[in-house]
Amino acid sequence: MSKFYNCISAAAAGVMSLALALPAAAAPIKFDFWFGLSGDLERVVQTLCTNFNNSQTDYQVVCTGQGNYDAALQNTIAAFRAGKQPAIVQVYDVGTATMMLSGAYYPVGKLMSENGYKVKWDDYFPGIARYYATSKGELLSFPFNSSTALLYWNKDAFAKIGKTAAPKTWEEAADDMKALKGAGYDCPMAINISGNESWQLMEQFSAIHNEPVATQNNGYDGLDARLTVNKTKFVKYVTDLKSWYDAGLIKIKSKDLGQDMVQAFAAGDCQMIMTSVGDHGTVGKTQKAGMNWDVAELPVYAGTERKNSLVGGASLWVLSGKSSDEYKGAAAFLDFIGKPETALFWSTNTGYIPVKKSGFDFMKSSGFYDKAPYKGREVAIASLTASEPTPITRGVRLGNFTQIRAEFGNQMQAIFANKVSVQEGIDNLVKNGNAVLDRFEATYKGKQLP
Amino acid sequence: MEKRTTFSKWSVGILFAVPQLLLIFTFFYWPAGQAIFWSLTLQQPWGGGNIWVGLDNFKSILANADYWNSVTISIIFAAISTSISMGVALILAALTDRQLKGSKFYRVVLIWPYGIAAPASAMAFRFILAPEAGFMSVVNHYWPGFWDPGLDGTAAMASIIAAFSWKYTGYSFIFFLAAFQAIPRSLIEAAAMDGSGVIRRFWDIQFPMITPTIFFLLVINITESFQDSYGIVDIMTSGGPHNSTNLMVYKIVFDGFRGLDYSGAAAQSIILMLLIIVLTIFQFRFIERRVHYR
Repeated sequence: MSKFYNCISAAAAGVMSLALALPAAAAPIKFDFWFGLSGDLERVVQTLCTNFNNSQTDYQVVCTGQGNYDAALQNTIAAFRAGKQPAIVQVYDVGTATMMLSGAYYPVGKLMSENGYKVKWDDYFPGIARYYATSKGELLSFPFNSSTALLYWNKDAFAKIGKTAAPKTWEEAADDMKALKGAGYDCPMAINISGNESWQLMEQFSAIHNEPVATQNNGYDGLDARLTVNKTKFVKYVTDLKSWYDAGLIKIKSKDLGQDMVQAFAAGDCQMIMTSVGDHGTVGKTQKAGMNWDVAELPVYAGTERKNSLVGGASLWVLSGKSSDEYKGAAAFLDFIGKPETALFWSTNTGYIPVKKSGFDFMKSSGFYDKAPYKGREVAIASLTASEPTPITRGVRLGNFTQIRAEFGNQMQAIFANKVSVQEGIDNLVKNGNAVLDRFEATYKGKQLP
Repeated sequence: MEKRTTFSKWSVGILFAVPQLLLIFTFFYWPAGQAIFWSLTLQQPWGGGNIWVGLDNFKSILANADYWNSVTISIIFAAISTSISMGVALILAALTDRQLKGSKFYRVVLIWPYGIAAPASAMAFRFILAPEAGFMSVVNHYWPGFWDPGLDGTAAMASIIAAFSWKYTGYSFIFFLAAFQAIPRSLIEAAAMDGSGVIRRFWDIQFPMITPTIFFLLVINITESFQDSYGIVDIMTSGGPHNSTNLMVYKIVFDGFRGLDYSGAAAQSIILMLLIIVLTIFQFRFIERRVHYR
């Protein structure tokens, strides 16, 4: 009994002394950061948070992974409606339009200047910054993990057909695929046609060809934007992809079928894929031993003047309704993330690209891009900065875009299963996608994108 | 003797009922009421400025061909997967009940599938039924292109039906076995002594006596096939290819949580709720009367 009592009193004394000790050390200001990355990337984010907490004593960021991008956004909305939102949240690219209309954010530019930080806006790569900026150019959220789509190609296989470079045009790519097939390769190129690949196949393709996805400059100029991909080069592209698929030059690879395209490429089963630079690390870690491969910019049709590709990934939004102390912490955290050293840490550990020129230069000068596993990632920067962004290569800003992407997947599957013709399928995509946009416009009646 | 508890004042009775009523209200009627309200408005996901639109959400859903497709395939899915899971469970339970060698082992093992979460069993089935890597690759080897759930809607439907039926076979099995074991042994033994065979005894004695259980399982299986199929669809097919496995419940969760179209999803869930209510009433009204063995 007395032992037990001793235990209790010792514990109580411990708590008391702790309580007395804390105010003396001036407790750091705590604030929350919710993010959507998971698995290996979640650990990198947690390390980044620890690094920030160790770098100073005034603030403490509490980082909580939400499992994936969808969940991060859903949970934040639920928390916001209950008044318990985090100070900072990571929102994926396609959530940008919804965020902009939410009225639930604190523009990062304002946050930084009010807290005494000077941000050099022209340091950001324009193709990245403009995705998250208003049509007038004010940045509302900070680009965080950014990527773009690249062509991954197997050098060994291409050597067999006497080539040492990746195809630059789709005409060339078609010849290469035929040659690869002739050389005995069963799967010259792998694609997937679920909703997620709308990013490579529709959005990136349209951007580098300077073709619109939707009217009103891809939605930047108003909520009355509607899809137009059934009247652009995209139709020819899908027609070609389908004919290459029918000829056995392209195989569909997805997780549901047992092997996704990144695995198929890394295993040497398929010789070309189009995917995010974010997969660069995965391919390097999981590739067949001794396989030689590289990345290149996505091909364009002959005679096209190449434009910049689109940024993918997510950005950091600061939410409204927090205390000014928490905002001070959030500003310090965002400043920390913007440092070139953090960019180097982040890109080394993830495969994402630096979002600022200073970060890129710092990484280049430190020899990052010369080393074996990272070599080639600079192609992503070249692709993103291939041109000054035009009104339709700034990005795609459409409401409920996740549903439109799902519709893309549905129609592509219908086309590839010969349920509909290419033109019919894309017309259906436009029709059903426009119904989604109608609903979005009606929901935000009278509101305008900033 | 009066067995019911009686209270001197009606207010005391109400007082005792309040906690229960509160729970029912909080967890059943309040969310349902909220869903009805949302279905009549256009909800901005972040709240604020919701617009009253009356029945417009329902009108646009009912005018949508994709929606009717999801209703049709949900009904097909419910009918086939319920038949398979109950049929297989009935046969397995009847065999286990015969106390053949190893029946105790089967009794335990056959219940397990129900204990596995839907997404986990979906992962397993995704691997088993993968056209290039799994069990079906053998079939594809001899008959190229036969099995392709990536583009063939029928194959995709068959794979989610397989995963769902497998899970609910375990569930139905428990109830069937319990029902069989509740039948007095003397009945079976007497019939056996009279010279009736296994099949005859099954159809004339056992089957009629378990009809209440069959009815109960029919209600549960059909209801669950409308509701519990989300995890399986999400992991195995994501509603594809070309909407061929986009069941009603999957479409609701996708539109609501991924698409952030709360109002459209709320309207769809009201329709799903009504459909389940109608089905349940139908089952009780027309089937239940025939199953009571008095």
